Amino acid sequence: MALATSVVDVAVRHASGRRVKSVAVRIGGMRQVVPRSLEFYFEICGRDTLCDGATLEHEIVATRLRCAACEHEWEPDLPFFFCPDCASPDCDIVAGEEFEIESIVVEDEKESACTA
Amino acid sequence: MHRIKVKVVEDALDANATIAGANRHDFDHAGVTVVNFMSSPGAGKTTLLEAGLRDLPVRAGVLEGDVQGSYDADRIAHLHVPVAQIQTQDGFGGECHLDANMVRSGIQALPLDDIDLLIVENVGNLVCPAEFRIGEDHRIMATSITEGEDKPLKYPLMFRAAELVLINKIDLLPHLDFDLEKFMHHLDAVNPNATKLVVSAKTGEGIDAWREWLVSVTKGAKTPA
Repeated sequence: MALATSVVDVAVRHASGRRVKSVAVRIGGMRQVVPRSLEFYFEICGRDTLCDGATLEHEIVATRLRCAACEHEWEPDLPFFFCPDCASPDCDIVAGEEFEIESIVVEDEKESACTA
Repeated sequence: MHRIKVKVVEDALDANATIAGANRHDFDHAGVTVVNFMSSPGAGKTTLLEAGLRDLPVRAGVLEGDVQGSYDADRIAHLHVPVAQIQTQDGFGGECHLDANMVRSGIQALPLDDIDLLIVENVGNLVCPAEFRIGEDHRIMATSITEGEDKPLKYPLMFRAAELVLINKIDLLPHLDFDLEKFMHHLDAVNPNATKLVVSAKTGEGIDAWREWLVSVTKGAKTPA
């Protein structure tokens, strides 16, 4: 619920008073965010806001680790933070911790191109 | 009416991070070290706090987080340490975790200038508390051996986030099928850098080491003799 509320808040702030039709989020594999639950709560939390009726689209970002010792990179099947090449436990998370709003689609009365 | 795409690229929890930064500023200004203490419900956080706070040679305070009730805060109050209770059902939607804003509201009731260490006992939950920073210096967790050996693999975000893992209820080991070596292997796989303490809040095993860890992280605190 709190995560869905955060998504709605960010979308509404960037909508600048315009009605939001969809919100695209990126969710890293390390995050314990369940997309279907997030969609469910997004629909509820968005009611009576500019996100009322908007859809939530998600992209899962695969977890990717890098060994600090030998620089090998891999996508783990299990959350094992050991390098499969040199067995070092000194690993960095290169990708998989994302939980970000990538973009929103809004209704606008004026002709406009994509804004940054 | 036209539809346009607006590029955002913003962390969904940026607002929480901003408030966590304000909390951190206030904690640093008061010279208070903050520990965010997390676990599943029933792992023994409050009992470990009671044991660890007893005779702790630093000035400590506690912020309790629960969905409802003040049972834990009442227990801590018996130790004569400053304690405040956050009930997430009271204005925070009954959330299953503490976030930076809830902590900000709770610390108003604590004498930050009179303590060196603040322990925030988070709501019992192995998922959401790991998602929300509160302005803490250290994130730690308790797990109990009744929960099984597989929990680090099932909740890697939590076990990865914790720099100290208290493995509690070790007094029950003769009565359970729990394989401590297997659990340690799973914990090492997820977080090889975590400090591990095997403890029993009931018998006192490992509690001296728990107390020493609290002293060691407290800024400006004297180390025990």
